[in-house]
Amino acid sequence: MKNKILDMSSLDRNLLDQLDAYVASLEGDNEENLIHVLHRAQALFGHLPHNLQLYVARMLNLSGAKVNGVVTFYSFFNEEPTGKYVVSVCMGTACFVKGADKVLQKILELIGTEKNAMSEDGLFTVKDVRCIGACGLAPVVTINDKVYGKVQVGDVESLINRYKGGQ
Amino acid sequence: MDNLKAYLKKRDAIRAQEVPRLTLFCCGGTSCLSSDSDAIIDLLRGKVEAHGLEADIEVKQVGCLRLCGEGPLIFVEPDDITYVKVKVEDVDDIFTQHILNKQTVERLLVTEPDGTWVTSYREMPFYKSQHRIALRNCGEIDPRNIDAYIAKDGYHALAKCLLEQTPEDVIETVKQSGLRGRGGGGFSTGLKWAYTAAVKSDEKYVICNADEGDPGAFMDRSIIEGDPHSLVEAMTIAAYAIGSNQGYIYIRAEYAISIEPLELALEKAREYGFLGENIFGTSFSFDIDIKLGAGAFVCGEETALIRSMEGHRGEPDKKPPFPSESGFRDRPTSVNNVETFVNVPAIILNGAEWFAAIGTENSKGTKVFALAGNIKNIGLVEVPMGTTFKEIIYDIGGGHPEGKAIKGVQIGGPSGGVITRDYFDTPIDYDSLTAIGAMMGSGGMIVMDEDTDMVEIAKFYLDFTQEESCGKCTPCRIGTKRLFEMLERLTAMKGEPSDLDKLDALARNIQAGSLCGLGQSAPNPVLSTMQYFREEYEAYAYRTKRTKYQVDAQKCIGCTKCARVCPVSCIRGVVREVHIVEEADCIACGACYDACPVDAILKP
Repeated sequence: MKNKILDMSSLDRNLLDQLDAYVASLEGDNEENLIHVLHRAQALFGHLPHNLQLYVARMLNLSGAKVNGVVTFYSFFNEEPTGKYVVSVCMGTACFVKGADKVLQKILELIGTEKNAMSEDGLFTVKDVRCIGACGLAPVVTINDKVYGKVQVGDVESLINRYKGGQ
Repeated sequence: MDNLKAYLKKRDAIRAQEVPRLTLFCCGGTSCLSSDSDAIIDLLRGKVEAHGLEADIEVKQVGCLRLCGEGPLIFVEPDDITYVKVKVEDVDDIFTQHILNKQTVERLLVTEPDGTWVTSYREMPFYKSQHRIALRNCGEIDPRNIDAYIAKDGYHALAKCLLEQTPEDVIETVKQSGLRGRGGGGFSTGLKWAYTAAVKSDEKYVICNADEGDPGAFMDRSIIEGDPHSLVEAMTIAAYAIGSNQGYIYIRAEYAISIEPLELALEKAREYGFLGENIFGTSFSFDIDIKLGAGAFVCGEETALIRSMEGHRGEPDKKPPFPSESGFRDRPTSVNNVETFVNVPAIILNGAEWFAAIGTENSKGTKVFALAGNIKNIGLVEVPMGTTFKEIIYDIGGGHPEGKAIKGVQIGGPSGGVITRDYFDTPIDYDSLTAIGAMMGSGGMIVMDEDTDMVEIAKFYLDFTQEESCGKCTPCRIGTKRLFEMLERLTAMKGEPSDLDKLDALARNIQAGSLCGLGQSAPNPVLSTMQYFREEYEAYAYRTKRTKYQVDAQKCIGCTKCARVCPVSCIRGVVREVHIVEEADCIACGACYDACPVDAILKP
């Protein structure tokens, strides 16, 4: 187990180079830059596996525990891989009172997965997210960067089918 | 620009360049952008160019036009026409019919229930009663154009402060205006600045809290997207007042779309010399950087926010020492939220008395609310402090979209409470809200109709806080979890009458024992709903709550519509006879309720 975490050879060298270049461009205190570095790392790799967290820690001269503590504290950071399409159902109050919970249930049913877990075919990860600030469109579902507003339970099937083919 | 005259000359030169022409103000707020307003804008611009009309017609992407529920919105000036729910397919008609042939596209106007059209937003009750200070430029100017901001007196207040006033004068003006923090706490902004100014230190920091975490609140992001320079100007004024050379905007990573206009604003402000070394030729230097959050509600609390900026888990610290004494990097730090900041330039230009004349005795100025939920007009509302709930919900909000009764309104997000109809005459200000068990919070206002289950609402908020609790102190970490579990048990009809007292006791212990504002206010949604809707809790606790649909035998006409739509075929009955729901099989989907033509289905 220990070796697996320490094994960084599975990380894409090209992406690591980009991360290195980003870190080199930063000024100031390593610790203060940590969250920005993690944002960049996640943007590059899609998620933050343990070996990548350790890589970041080594690079910034911080302990692995410190980095892992920060990663697990903030909901924006994922330790697990996500599907090709991240389906986020807004669970802000405005969406909730308009039935977002039922929309979420229906999506999970259709995709046949659990919340926050990647579907078996690697296509979807379904999440509930906090208010995305588009309350005028409640209930709101986002699929990657595309926002779908006023989504009703009846609309879900055709919406998900559009992505099921992998497009 | 190193004197006021030079600034005014520049401003007037920009104003002189602005030629009056037909302008389409297209909303670029989040809701509208999500409904393809960007594509609409591109298409309109393409058509204007194709017809060589660039000199006569401007298609302007502006910040939030506020009536989000009717978006995408387009205001046409000076024709005074307001188009709503515009789709990509409507672009042809707007261009050919309106722009080329000067005829209003009537089907895109707001339609009243009696079938008449409202041609202009100026006639709509939603806009009429609003009083804009914080949102003064939002929807009026192109947020990406610094000249547009200067034409609206932008950076005039900064010039006035730096060139004509001492830092003490500035603080005194803000103090006298009565401006209080708009992010939740309601602490006097002038006092906060005075405390930070009074501490001697080699460095001090100005921080803008743009970590708008309340679900259902979107005013700060609308300000940042629609009028970013106001924030930059205000932070620079604050820095001058307290003696700081470095500022930070701490913004949620979820607001990625807001960051770009903000970065552009910072870049332009530097280019124009409003940020950087020797601003307006004085010895004062200041710059602003952006710090990204990463999704943690607790980071709205100022000490947690500072911890997060330092690269740690966002766990709050105990106060004192307050950040004004020892904050970011252990230096004196003033943390204010977006809406608070953007009031400042208006106060400097118009004077403290002007601001203090608006609002109530202890709450001055205006407040922006994000109105959402079961309400006709969803959007941003800025009204003077002291406006009643009734005015906001019925006059501005237009009441329930289907005319149902409104049961209550949730204000203040997960830290606030639910207010019932009985209190709708309460004037909204810091003190009267606290007196009825709610709080101003950041300004989310969610309207709930008679179908809303208040115990479910309390559970919803507790689910939020127990997940967002940072875990540092026990009353909050374990208390909110247990509170949530008790509510889960109740709603699953597995509770006991004695649970009600336990809920109350635990809620009060969490309030009393938690370290920071998140924990101290987390039980508010439970306590306020228990106070005003106790019968709903009792229905669960005594297990008398009906969870299945029923047919009202007096009203049923035996039309069979309900039986035909029931997905689990649990409605029995023959034509022209009273139908019956087999309650054991009912899944409470509500299909029968919607299908019944005579309102004979009783909701659980």
